[in-house]
Amino acid sequence: MERPIRVLVAKPGLDGHDRGAKVIARALRDAGMEVIYTGLQQTPQMIVEAALQEDVDCIGLSILSGAHMTLLPKITTMLRENDGADILVVAGGIISDEDAAILRKDHGIAGIFGPGSSTHAIIDFIREHVERSSVEG
Amino acid sequence: MELVAKARAGNRRALARLITLVEAGDAQAQTALAALYPYTGHAHIVGVTGAPGTGKSTLVTQMALHWRSLGRTVAVLAVDPTSPFSGGAILGDRIRMQALGGDSGCYIRSMASRGSLGGLSRATGDAVKVLDAAGFDIVIVETVGAGQAEVEIAREAHTVVVVEVPGMGDDIQAIKAGILEIADVFVVNKADREGVERTVRQLQMMLHLGSGEHRDGWEPPIVQTVSNTGKNIAEAAAAVERHLEHLKSNNLLELRERERIEREWKVIMRETLLRQLLQRLEPHVHEQLLKQMSERQLDPYAAANQAIESVLEFPQPPAPSPA
Repeated sequence: MERPIRVLVAKPGLDGHDRGAKVIARALRDAGMEVIYTGLQQTPQMIVEAALQEDVDCIGLSILSGAHMTLLPKITTMLRENDGADILVVAGGIISDEDAAILRKDHGIAGIFGPGSSTHAIIDFIREHVERSSVEG
Repeated sequence: MELVAKARAGNRRALARLITLVEAGDAQAQTALAALYPYTGHAHIVGVTGAPGTGKSTLVTQMALHWRSLGRTVAVLAVDPTSPFSGGAILGDRIRMQALGGDSGCYIRSMASRGSLGGLSRATGDAVKVLDAAGFDIVIVETVGAGQAEVEIAREAHTVVVVEVPGMGDDIQAIKAGILEIADVFVVNKADREGVERTVRQLQMMLHLGSGEHRDGWEPPIVQTVSNTGKNIAEAAAAVERHLEHLKSNNLLELRERERIEREWKVIMRETLLRQLLQRLEPHVHEQLLKQMSERQLDPYAAANQAIESVLEFPQPPAPSPA
């Protein structure tokens, strides 16, 4: 039996709007994924620690505060430093095209989904890009 | 197996991978379990169960913080339900467990029930073994929000904490069979709410209505807590520890472990036998039996006997053994 894809959905930073994150969490659930939802105001440390403990295949970050150029690179750097570079990282929120290009190119954010993205597109992206690597150590 | 050595040396990634592996339940999982089994049998396994919204996750967090303050290492397995339709799940117990972050003596793992109905997932017992082998002093298993019959935790844990809150159900609920029977410790959480005396009285009544004899000679204490503020958490944790001491000093721990191991062994044998039987069953026999049952020419008991006889040659059993 194929094991379900595990995704951590988290909101880094200080903004308090998690409706979008909840909509995504629910959509991923309905697509058959196991979603670990950690709630609001997460620091990069908290997100990376939770992702490693939960052995997730993907991290989905929702960020609306404008602090994405600081927080998102911190998360991917910490993942690399902690043997978690194989975890797919995607982000959604208010992120300009210029910033998105830099985050994708230089900071290992694989997919960026702005307002109006369909949940189907996000689900398909995760399914296509998750590394179903063997869990052998 | 390298992962087991790494996990025992404190490598978190290896520990997390091992749990994923035993959750998958395949051949690799068996290899991993064989490698870690010799190191198991040391942790105090504490089950926490109760209805949704009684504050289980917050209580677990507070008890874990309390035990950490005493220098003991704690792992938490938090089980949430899998959707029966999509197979997906939202695992939200970590939201209430933020205070346990950033502590290398604490590990939290969310598990989806993946179709099991007893309040745990099929692999919960194996995940407990991984955490036990990794050297955690206490492994807390938080069940899915339980109703009346999710009592599987009583078979996996040494000590079961049943969490109640004021104002749920009348006194007839308290004498029904099921979840209240499995408690080693009752926690009445949200005890700053109205109706707490009544809930405590109902539980006391239930405890004293029986024959007066309690299972294992232990009368479950009732502790009133307010998890949000930490009130009486130390008392709840102490009650859990006293229960383990009671089991140990009356040689009941060994007995419970023996029973648990025997039950687990039989479940595994049943599953293995079924799998092997289905593998050996000729496809046309399989199809034919199904057809005969659908057309009501054959009942399922007779079909089961026929299927078994078609693949196995049983030597005569020496004597009928009690089930």
